[in-house]
Amino acid sequence: MSFLTNLINGISLGSIYAIIALGYTMVYGIAKMLNFAHGDVIMVGGYLCFIVVSHLNLPPIAAILLAVVGCTALGIVVERLAYKPLRQAASLAVLITAIGVSYFLQNSALLIWGADPKAFPSVVPFPSLNLFGGQLTISSITLVTVLVCVLIMVALTTFTSKTKMGKAMRACSEDKGAAQLMGINVDTTISMVFAIGSGLAAIAGVLLCSAYPTLMPTTGSMPGIKAFTAAVLGGIGSIPGAALGGVLLGVIEIFAKAYISTQLADAIVFAVLIVVLLIRPAGLLGKEIHEKV
Amino acid sequence: MSMLSINDINVYYGSIHAVKGVSFDVNEGEIVTLIGANGAGKSTTLNTVAGLLKASSGSIEFEGESLQGVAAHRMVSRGIALCPEGRRVFQNMTVRENLDMGAFTRSEEEAKEMRARVYESFPRLKERRTQPAGTLSGGEQQMLAMGRALMSKPKLMMLDEPSMGLAPVLVQEIFSIIKQLNEQGTTILLVEQNARMALSIASRAYVLETGRVSMSGDASELLHDERVRKAYLGA
Ligand SMILES: Nc1ncnc2c1ncn2[C@@H]1O[C@H](COP(=O)(O)OP(=O)(O)OP(=O)(O)O)[C@@H](O)[C@H]1O
Ligand SMILES: [Mg+2]
Repeated sequence: MSFLTNLINGISLGSIYAIIALGYTMVYGIAKMLNFAHGDVIMVGGYLCFIVVSHLNLPPIAAILLAVVGCTALGIVVERLAYKPLRQAASLAVLITAIGVSYFLQNSALLIWGADPKAFPSVVPFPSLNLFGGQLTISSITLVTVLVCVLIMVALTTFTSKTKMGKAMRACSEDKGAAQLMGINVDTTISMVFAIGSGLAAIAGVLLCSAYPTLMPTTGSMPGIKAFTAAVLGGIGSIPGAALGGVLLGVIEIFAKAYISTQLADAIVFAVLIVVLLIRPAGLLGKEIHEKV
Repeated sequence: MSMLSINDINVYYGSIHAVKGVSFDVNEGEIVTLIGANGAGKSTTLNTVAGLLKASSGSIEFEGESLQGVAAHRMVSRGIALCPEGRRVFQNMTVRENLDMGAFTRSEEEAKEMRARVYESFPRLKERRTQPAGTLSGGEQQMLAMGRALMSKPKLMMLDEPSMGLAPVLVQEIFSIIKQLNEQGTTILLVEQNARMALSIASRAYVLETGRVSMSGDASELLHDERVRKAYLGA
């Protein structure tokens, strides 16, 4: 049974990585930039949810909504103030700015909420699920996480393949000039993808803090890096790739912790990434792209 | 009054002065062609009209209104479409999705009506509507690029080298479609390497040479002009 438990926990952790990776990959696909501050939006989402539940005593669902709205707004503002002025700049300048935004968010959180870890309240008030006469226990947060990830995947896939705005996003990701010739406002589209990515980060933040209930200003950085790894593993820019990469990474991490070594787990995760990239440089589901520089 | 009026525009790429004081007009209902050697500034001129590039000086007027400061994505709703050099269809999107993008600023009904017209002009596109554009042949991609530009129901359609890289039969077909579109009421501004074909369907022409207009006049006159024949018609 412990194998099954580990697998389920891996899929659940992987689902969180997947949700974060979806944000990374969509922003990369359209804005062609790695938003290294993405992980810190998760942390902001966690804090927003924490405040609403602990200090305002509102029900969890209100807290989650507020976290999503807050992070969506944060994503739009950060893009507008920090990245939009660099639209024509070298990608290195954008990358450094993103790292700067990451530190800015972490330090702002430190200033506002302090360094001591907060105990995150439960936002999923359901009982655990007992299977096989109590031999296998799955916590409700585990189930909810996987379910939310699947829902998000379906929603995003439908959005990008069926809606006009979603198709416009794909057009922008291929050729911004041609997209403009179609009448698509590229600035609005980029703003929108930041909004979606940050909203997803908020959801990931709430799920992450529910599963691992300590909240600190640095809470988002490691999951952020792992999700970035997941996005690259799956093929950066690809939505199914991000989901696959995220889940794989979560499972590998949990198995490595359970059967090999807790200390080495992260090293193993990155080793897998390196091996995959050696064999498939574009990632598992990525297309071989010829970068125009 | 002319539909499109370009007055003494200058366009730079950094320090490269690509278009140097170009002026020309396109009247409603005309086919006007810009011909010239590689690097003469033809694409730069079209991209500037489309708003993708900014002229550093001079003016561009469309239907009596200045296009100064109008963003590229607002041009389609004004009635200007550009079918760009090198096709630039959305490779990972299907033929149908590409056409839908062309009608981005239009309503669902208008898109439907235009799609029917595009499929009529390009039956091949209808057959291939579920296929990703990247898997089409070069000629088919050119048809898609033209169809996509048409989807916005433009008053002025600018075409940048639509015959590039196509077999002679297909070139004939593309040019006869351009002529047809014009007869149905679309004003055309055509940039071409194939000067003979362009001059044979155009009413007027401008010759660009290193960023300047060096000659202009009735297309049929230029077709028989000694200098044009030597430089651009290989005769
Ligand atoms: N992105 C760019 N950056 C710098 N210079 C450019 C750029 N695009 C074009 N140029 C230069 O501007 C000049 C005009 O180029 P343009 O593309 O308008 O020529 P063209 O007449 O369309 O040529 P062709 O027939 O080869 O398409 C050329 O000298 C070219 O090298
Ligand atoms: Mg050109």
